[in-house]
Amino acid sequence: MDVWSGLAFGFGNALSITNLGWALLGCFLGTAIGVLPGIGPALTIALLLPITFQVSATGAFILFCGVFYGAMYGGSTTSILLNTPGESGSIITALEGAKMARNGRAGPALFTSAVGSFVAGTIGTLGISFLGPIVVELALKLGPAEYFSLMVLCFVTVSAVLGGSALRGLASLGFGLMIGLIGIDLQTGQPRMTFGVTELLDGVDVVLVAVAIFAVGETLYLAWRHVEGKQEVREVGRLMMSREDWKRSIGPWLRGALLGFPFGVMPAGGTEMPTMLSYYAERKLVRPKYREEFGTTGAIEGVAGPEAANNAAAAGVLVPMLTLGLPTSATAAIMLSAFQSYGIQPGPLLFTSQGELVWTLIASLYIANIMLVVLNLPLVGLWARILKIPTPQLYAGILVFATIGTYGISNSVVDLVLLYGIGIIAMFMRRFDFPQAPVVIGMILGPMAEQALRQAMTISQGDWTTFFTRPISVCILLLALLALVGPRLWTLVAQRRHA
Amino acid sequence: MVRVKPGAGPDLAVGLFVVLLGLICLWQAAIIPVTPLYAQVGPKFTPYLVGGMVTVVGLGLTGVALRGGWSKDLEEMADAPPTNWRALGLLGAGLLVNLLLIDSLGFVFAATAQFVLVAAAFGSRRPGRDLLIGLAVTLGAFLAFDKLLGVDIGAGILEGIL
Repeated sequence: MDVWSGLAFGFGNALSITNLGWALLGCFLGTAIGVLPGIGPALTIALLLPITFQVSATGAFILFCGVFYGAMYGGSTTSILLNTPGESGSIITALEGAKMARNGRAGPALFTSAVGSFVAGTIGTLGISFLGPIVVELALKLGPAEYFSLMVLCFVTVSAVLGGSALRGLASLGFGLMIGLIGIDLQTGQPRMTFGVTELLDGVDVVLVAVAIFAVGETLYLAWRHVEGKQEVREVGRLMMSREDWKRSIGPWLRGALLGFPFGVMPAGGTEMPTMLSYYAERKLVRPKYREEFGTTGAIEGVAGPEAANNAAAAGVLVPMLTLGLPTSATAAIMLSAFQSYGIQPGPLLFTSQGELVWTLIASLYIANIMLVVLNLPLVGLWARILKIPTPQLYAGILVFATIGTYGISNSVVDLVLLYGIGIIAMFMRRFDFPQAPVVIGMILGPMAEQALRQAMTISQGDWTTFFTRPISVCILLLALLALVGPRLWTLVAQRRHA
Repeated sequence: MVRVKPGAGPDLAVGLFVVLLGLICLWQAAIIPVTPLYAQVGPKFTPYLVGGMVTVVGLGLTGVALRGGWSKDLEEMADAPPTNWRALGLLGAGLLVNLLLIDSLGFVFAATAQFVLVAAAFGSRRPGRDLLIGLAVTLGAFLAFDKLLGVDIGAGILEGIL
């Protein structure tokens, strides 16, 4: 299917009443759960994974994409009204957004982030529609050796390049890879890393790990640092943006979206870098008249730009996920495992073997975007009310759903022990600044990388040099090496020059 | 004798824990039985690789900790409130109660008990009200998942009746 016939087919499918219903439900649930402080899109989708037992693949993925976009939007509401960002991508939004809210401009801040999300989401989805098939063309030329190198690159960028320290990132990645190794080796049937526990033979469920890290670990950490007292939710006030606000927002929206999307597409995914860059760019580009507002009363450019960058990057992450089967964010990793639970393997063949599903999915991304902007502006009062759920009951409720997400699937107390055990490790990871996403990515991508490695070695008949003699493979590996040592070499050179 | 710089003790413990994790991985890799099946890359290779990497990274972290650690540079640690033992204790008790009761009493009762304890951990002073809210939340969740989605959340006293 080419792009246009694919889109035409997809829209035809996505506009059916059932699929529209799934999209609407996804947007609503995603926003509602995303608004809750501390809950991001990854945990939301993880908790909704049990749906895959009951619903058709198309319906479930339309729902997940609605949740994905909705949770992103909900996260910005929390950042603005409560100054507690639910995920790394909205930290920058909280910077200016919360200041605007404190000065009685919460309404325009929410409005500009809603429309900015829509603009960026649409640009991002356009990018997926047109870039996806091109990447697929290229990806079909890759063999297992190239795939393995690509996964190595992905490991390096998500763990060592992003975040505070390469060592801590690699430790997180290693932890995830170890969890991924647990269970029966698919090729030889040998049990690995099971410590003789029968329940571990099937491996550890990704939902369990995601819930342990994002729900249990987070709650434990919050209890560790808990201080009595109530958090203040800012009033929304007047929602509409003035003509001046519109004029000031359009540029940042477009710049943010164009900046964010490429970052999402690259294996060096993540939303932190593009949001940060967008913030600095807007602070530089703002008209002198408004420069004062940055960091004081809150500048609308500082909300519009990063929020658009955040959404465009999140959409961009879907490109490597759908076309290469490479998840570069925790959310994408969990969506990948949802595909696997339907027996579908994302990758270049997805566009041909599951063309209907892919194009319906892409079409419903456009629809979800429109739904969100229509749904969220009138409902902003409702979302603000969700924020008023008192903390004690909120966290107690989150842990109830954590139990359902694990015990509810397996009925095994061993899984609950694992959930709490990994949760405690995640609490310490929070305290000592170990990034969380590499754990989830390592656990999902690890087994796939091992399989690619073995296939490559079988094809080359045990010749290890295959990774260095195939030109594309060696290029990707060099890129990975550069990403790993480049930043360190750079600081070394810079220090020399200073000295 | 190496002297640990003040404040770097916790970082050192973390570094050593990561080393331990890597060693456990290497140990588990070593005891994987050798397979008679033919494979270019056997089942032991990846566990050895991962275990080795984690051990090396752990040694690196230990080295950083011995040179003063990284916690002192964390922004979040600079103005972090002290450890809240009461909250952590109540929360831990909640998790433990859920773990011990869920097989015998079933999801609804075990999760409700957990709900009350966790709410108390975060400063709620009205356990009676929390009990009712918890019951409503767990019952609602049970009915939604069990009846609507067909997710079997185990058997218990109440679950058997419903």
